[in-house]
Amino acid sequence: MRGRTAIVGIGASTFHKRGTSPDSEFKLTLKAVLAAAEDAGIDPHKIDGFASFNFDRTDPSRMAAALGIDELRFANLFWGGGGGGAAAVANAAAAVIAGLASCVVVYRGIVQGPDGRYGDGRTIGAYGRDAAYLAPYGLMTPIQWYTMRVVRFMHEHGIARDALRAISMASYHHAQANPRAVMHGRPLTEQAYEESRWIVEPHHLFDCCMENDCAAAVIVMSAEAAKDLKQKPAYILGAAQGSEYRNQARVHNAPRYGSASFSSVGPRLFAEAGVTPADVDVAQTYENFTGGVLMSLIEHGFCAPEEANDFFKLENLIAPSGRLPLNTSGGNLAEAYVHGMGHILEGVRQIRGTSTSQVPGASIAFVGSGPMVSPVSDLLLGNGNTL
Amino acid sequence: MTDAAHYLPEGLPAPALAEPELEAPYWEGAREERLLVQRCGACATWQWGPEWICHKCLSSDMRWTEVAPRGRIYSYERVWHPAHPVLKGHTPFLAVLVELPEAGNVRMIGNLLGDPLQDVQIGSEVVADYEHHNDATPPYTLVHWRIAQG
Ligand SMILES: [Zn+2]
Repeated sequence: MRGRTAIVGIGASTFHKRGTSPDSEFKLTLKAVLAAAEDAGIDPHKIDGFASFNFDRTDPSRMAAALGIDELRFANLFWGGGGGGAAAVANAAAAVIAGLASCVVVYRGIVQGPDGRYGDGRTIGAYGRDAAYLAPYGLMTPIQWYTMRVVRFMHEHGIARDALRAISMASYHHAQANPRAVMHGRPLTEQAYEESRWIVEPHHLFDCCMENDCAAAVIVMSAEAAKDLKQKPAYILGAAQGSEYRNQARVHNAPRYGSASFSSVGPRLFAEAGVTPADVDVAQTYENFTGGVLMSLIEHGFCAPEEANDFFKLENLIAPSGRLPLNTSGGNLAEAYVHGMGHILEGVRQIRGTSTSQVPGASIAFVGSGPMVSPVSDLLLGNGNTL
Repeated sequence: MTDAAHYLPEGLPAPALAEPELEAPYWEGAREERLLVQRCGACATWQWGPEWICHKCLSSDMRWTEVAPRGRIYSYERVWHPAHPVLKGHTPFLAVLVELPEAGNVRMIGNLLGDPLQDVQIGSEVVADYEHHNDATPPYTLVHWRIAQG
């Protein structure tokens, strides 16, 4: 896979507060796709494939009809939740490499109005499957399912809560430079973070992703085709997906419990790309909650667990000068909750040199999707110098 | 524990049996205040939650085995945000993940009874406490945990 495909175009809708989009989910998604085609300089009729994740409600055949594409050759949905953004890009790249399609759009649209909020438990009378052993105990939403993993991890490695605060503050710091960000103009201080309400200890309000109405899309083509397009290609150096041994063993019985699910995926990613964590200039890491980011970056080898209290400091996590600038658009916490697609777009911008919090000379960007869920996925993007 | 003293307020989702043949023995055991988990008849591996086959040797000879209602806290969380309408005004509450050393360290989720603001220590010994929901249709019993005395 290394260097054989590239992200050639990126596009997004306006980012709305949850429940405020004037447009339907389908229309927002169309806007993102058209913006990505415009960005790449591609005639939208020439798109011939679609890939998405998390049971995205936008049907690719309807999209193909609406866009009047010449021929639909590939339509693909990756299982799971927020762990699928990078994997959808990888599936698009695999399709291009295999010759199944030549111009694949990866999209994700979320308008929460008609289908209720992510953050609320559903008020149905009874729950089956794993939820039967969780919901009657009051555990009904992702943060309630996953915080126990974070607590265990922090306990095992003696990591202080300050690490979570630094992750949150880095996102809000970067959002202040990004006019698209929902939290632009709303800086976060240490005091405001500490005084915000608990959601599930040790996660404060500001440790949690937002919920937004928004859509985003990227276009994947062959490295060969990418050369003739408008933008500097963001080459796909590596991609990996999956999770470790029995990660989803029922009712919290995963052998590696204090885990973001990347212990096997991360090493495969770096082996595929032929680079090491030390080569990475900037990281975009999906945050459902900051605890997942902490575990994810450690599992990928960006820092050892015993170094975490020193590594996860605000000055280390911000552009342009930090050791590992993190979520430089503001991410799910402070830019918009595009279910991790925003992280992919921002990884591409860093490779192009066009981020609002640009890391000077960034040539390799890491994008991680979906800590603590399964499957999870990763991408490494690089500029032309990395091939 | 009696019906009048449930740890969380009435109106939360009840457990449903998505695969009754697989899952009923655990819930029937809880009604009788017996803690049951699966153990493989072929290789003696303990397993929780219920599954059709043994993850280790892949035998389908899974046997429900009564285990000592004792464990220790493997992880926990204090929940403040009411994710369900009936929890409004009833937070914080504590949830624990309890490992059962006498059953191959399988882990179970429950609530930790007592003061929701208590200091919780990973590793603390706990004992099971059965909370009967006799008025529910059908009735069911939840297994909770409390800190072991002495
Ligand atoms: Zn067995």
